[in-house]
Amino acid sequence: MVGCEMTVPLAVFFVLAALAVIGAISLILQKHPIHSALSLIVVMIALAGLYLLLGAEFVAAVQIIVYGGAIMVLFVFVIMLLNAGIEEHTSISKMAGVPGLLLVVALAGFVAATIARSTESIQATRQSGEMASTLGISNMIFKDFVYPFELTSFLILVAVLGATVLAQREKS
Amino acid sequence: MTLLSANAELIITVVKIVLLLFIVLTVNAYLTWFERKVVAHMQSRWGPHRVGPHGLLQPLADGVKFLFKEDPTPAGADKFVYYLAPLLALALALTGLALIPFGPDPIRLFGHDIYLGIAPPDVNIGILALFAITAMGVYGVALAGWSSNSKYPLLGGLRSSAQMISYELALTMSVVGVLLMAGSFNLKKIIEAQALHPEWGLFGWNVWPQILGFFCFFVAAVAETNRVPFDLPEAESELVAGFHTEYASFKFAMFFIAEYTSMITVSCLCSIMFFGGWLSPFPASWTFAHYLPSAILIPFGLWVIWDGIRYETLFGRIILPGLGTAFAALGAAFVLLPNVNEFIQAPFWLLSKILVFLFVYVWMRGTLPRFRYDQLMAFGWKLLLPLSIVNVIVTSFVILAKMTWWGAK
Repeated sequence: MVGCEMTVPLAVFFVLAALAVIGAISLILQKHPIHSALSLIVVMIALAGLYLLLGAEFVAAVQIIVYGGAIMVLFVFVIMLLNAGIEEHTSISKMAGVPGLLLVVALAGFVAATIARSTESIQATRQSGEMASTLGISNMIFKDFVYPFELTSFLILVAVLGATVLAQREKS
Repeated sequence: MTLLSANAELIITVVKIVLLLFIVLTVNAYLTWFERKVVAHMQSRWGPHRVGPHGLLQPLADGVKFLFKEDPTPAGADKFVYYLAPLLALALALTGLALIPFGPDPIRLFGHDIYLGIAPPDVNIGILALFAITAMGVYGVALAGWSSNSKYPLLGGLRSSAQMISYELALTMSVVGVLLMAGSFNLKKIIEAQALHPEWGLFGWNVWPQILGFFCFFVAAVAETNRVPFDLPEAESELVAGFHTEYASFKFAMFFIAEYTSMITVSCLCSIMFFGGWLSPFPASWTFAHYLPSAILIPFGLWVIWDGIRYETLFGRIILPGLGTAFAALGAAFVLLPNVNEFIQAPFWLLSKILVFLFVYVWMRGTLPRFRYDQLMAFGWKLLLPLSIVNVIVTSFVILAKMTWWGAK
């Protein structure tokens, strides 16, 4: 890395990035669902740290509250409720293995190519205050993108209603 | 010397952390004493009174006991998670307290402005960061319940996670009204927004327009801290001791400290968001109210001395008058040093409000029976959540009307 000074934010970035990657790998390799869920929480928190590093304080806090808190608590709750034990491991199917490997190589190549093309901006770039602040985000959601936003929330509402209907017991 | 001045900020922060840790742990210890005493008197008992005068050394004895108890690990426990859970609970509870500002003005010491409170006062996401920390706090309880590999803790952990999911929503929604009125997530700005009319005194606080929000917030916050009447995760009469049944010795103490620290944090939040934080309840023109700390401390100190000289043990006859003299001297010092007196006004009011909320916590424990599980769920989803949403809508409309017709704010 030429001309890339090891500043404190950069060091923090590498620590958080490593944490996220290790968490993601551990998520797949862990045998027990609870350990996998814990690894996922580590990934979420590392991502929140990366957002904080980019100056997006609001997004970072929401990332922890919504994903790290609410959603993962629900995951842990379900795993505990079902009392899921250690996963049974089967031999990897060859049908999934070969295309999967190809996909992994393709994805890695794509990411590497993207990084290689933008060597200038690999330093952690702070978002301008306008974009990152709560005011900026609410302006975007409720002014510029209000229709897509409302449509998305409607979609989620439909999904919630569907789940409720499915979960309700048949009345005999 | 250059190294020292370059890292001065860091050193100050570390010293502040150590100091706050020491204070919080001491306050926690005496909070257990306070709770036991208050509940005992509510039930016409004496409470702790053997160890030290008025049982004042009981927390110390408890601490020593925690340290020296055997610390067994259940046979089928998931070791890593079992050890992680109490650490997580304690670390998160203490981190929450680090975000609380305890006073508006910095102390100037060695050419540095030292603010009361660990986080710098301009944290933009103050309240959101606190919610993020409480949102993570549930893992301590839930994982402790799961990893013990035992029936009762598992049930406790399950209850706790279900309870957290249900009450987190109401907790977050109930403060939106306050945030709308302040226009900021910053805890300091939330307090300053309540000081717009210094002549109104306590009638300028958020609790009046946000009484609904305060109700929802306080109930949800009590539920988040797993305290009576929402202590289902550790219900003694049903689940032995709930999620911490299999924890002993200092790992149990860590859960204990975490719970009491969360109580303090919630009391801080209630005072800051709804009761004006460090603002005085009296109008700003009542300058004589500034002598209130002394007017409380001096008579209290004298009473402790009076009580102490008649105490039955020699130890008490030495310690209690000593304590009383210290209190009275502190009160006298505030009268004699006007600068110091001005400075302690803000922390004094914040601490008094925190103490009142802590008393309410204990009072509830002495008064209310535990909820049944279905009542808990119905209460959270069918009453608290709709109420807090109504609060948000009404507040938004009032603020919008103010902006449109009166052009205020």
